[in-house]
Amino acid sequence: MAAHRTRRVSRRRQRREDARRHAAERAHRSPRRTGRPPIVELRDVTQVYPGGHVGVERVSLGIERGEFVFIVGPTGCGKSTLIKLLIRDLEPANGEIMIAGRDINQLERKRVAYLRRRIGTVFQDFKLLPNRTVYDNVAYALQVIGEPRSQIRRKVPEILRLVGLAGKIHNYPDELSGGEQQRVSVARAFVNHPPLLLADEPTGNLDPVTSVGIMQLLYRINRTGTTVAVVTHDREMVDKMRRRVIEMADGRVVRDVAAGAYHDESTSEFAVRVRNEMGLQEGGK
Amino acid sequence: MSRFIFFIREATRALRRSAAPSAAAIVTIVVTVLLLGVLIPVLYSTGSKTEDVREQIALRVFLYDDATRGEVAKLEEGIGGINHVVSTEYIDKAEALEVLRERLNDKNIVDELNSNPLPASLNVNLDDPDNLETVRAELVPPGAGGKPEPISPIIEEVKDSREEASEIRAVTGAVKIVLAIIAALLLVASLMLVGNTIRLSIYARRREVEVMHLVGATGWFIRWPFIIEGLIVGFLGAASAVGILFLGKVTIVDPLSERFALVDNLNTIDFVPLVAVLVACAMAVSALGSGVTLRRFLRV
Repeated sequence: MAAHRTRRVSRRRQRREDARRHAAERAHRSPRRTGRPPIVELRDVTQVYPGGHVGVERVSLGIERGEFVFIVGPTGCGKSTLIKLLIRDLEPANGEIMIAGRDINQLERKRVAYLRRRIGTVFQDFKLLPNRTVYDNVAYALQVIGEPRSQIRRKVPEILRLVGLAGKIHNYPDELSGGEQQRVSVARAFVNHPPLLLADEPTGNLDPVTSVGIMQLLYRINRTGTTVAVVTHDREMVDKMRRRVIEMADGRVVRDVAAGAYHDESTSEFAVRVRNEMGLQEGGK
Repeated sequence: MSRFIFFIREATRALRRSAAPSAAAIVTIVVTVLLLGVLIPVLYSTGSKTEDVREQIALRVFLYDDATRGEVAKLEEGIGGINHVVSTEYIDKAEALEVLRERLNDKNIVDELNSNPLPASLNVNLDDPDNLETVRAELVPPGAGGKPEPISPIIEEVKDSREEASEIRAVTGAVKIVLAIIAALLLVASLMLVGNTIRLSIYARRREVEVMHLVGATGWFIRWPFIIEGLIVGFLGAASAVGILFLGKVTIVDPLSERFALVDNLNTIDFVPLVAVLVACAMAVSALGSGVTLRRFLRV
């Protein structure tokens, strides 16, 4: 027992020293130098699915606190794999994934639940509990963390008002439109006020008008200080919002630009051709 | 505490919302418990029957009619001194006739006899039927010529009820084995049925479990409502089965045992402990079934 504890302590110390060393390297490398570690940092992450399909390959990237990031790329390029890695739905074969400075793959399995309470997630298929009302779906995220009932009664209607669903509080998910269901999902993801919110194609099932509403919602959430990462195919949205864009292809990050567009406007022949076909002028936006 | 209430509310909500699978699980449990409720007393009573037979095994030492009181008393003392003999009991000719009269349905047969053909006897009760052979050897040791010679001249014959007993034992033994096999097969089948039903009802909700995981619910937070649900299902199933068993006992077994002494004489298990065991087992199996099945979906 004592030996076990010492071993554990020394392992922890080892990890701390590692973290310090990494931090020093980072400070040396990165021009963005803040006191706190970035909310998300991937170092050389490779993930291979059983059967040999490579999900992501040697991906390194960092997302600072308060950023709004789009992750774009063709289907199968590893965007969703990336999201799954961040909530430890998958574990990488190689590399480190740090959330708020901690390597999440060092977490014990039972601590994974606590990690997920600090990360809001929104998915294309909403992932609502079908046999619960809107209220209960959002309340569940609070019940999970042991929030007292009085707090739940206060916070749930408040967040539902924020997402514009105050009138549908006692409806079941199948009585709502897609856009409304996604708003419930966003409300559930944000009701704990997590520091990080991940959205995997949140507008993939929605029409353009509804999509704008969801994206505005995510933007408003970002304005409260929450880091938001959105995986999307919605070219128009990305181009309109002019935020940081990380483009992936074949499991690798091929472009990472601040305030960018869906496609690399300057070099991509495809983009040039599309813009010409659409009658858009260079730099006309 | 508030968390416990939350789990119970979750469990009852799930029961209400998935009524059909819950009902299926309850019905399979009813069937299993009914089977057990019938088979356990039956097995138990055949067991007690063989015990009775074993206890009855004793040696009977038949005496010549010309034995005097004094000789009998001396022999009785001698037999009492043999190892493994618990007690002896002298039954004279008149008593033997009385015993026979009681056993026969037609009492007049005995009265029609002119003289008493029955010999007097000593019943020798043993501490264990297994010692029958040793005691018999003491009573009838091999004589000088190698032929068995009784220890007293007044002994006509030494008999035991073993032949009879072993037959009864063979029959009840076979009955017991067959019943046990049937019971075991039925039990295995119904346990698998219960397990399967629970699996299905949980499988239908695996997406729900996945979503719970996504919002950061711990394994036990997800598991408890399912276990409580299993407990409730097990209790409801067992309670209905016990109700049916009780009805059966009152309407069928009790009147029968009043009319036929045989049924009453059998030493069956009491109703209350039986019910307690059945209900406890049903709840345990159902709750464990839920908990174990869930493990598959709880892998992170």
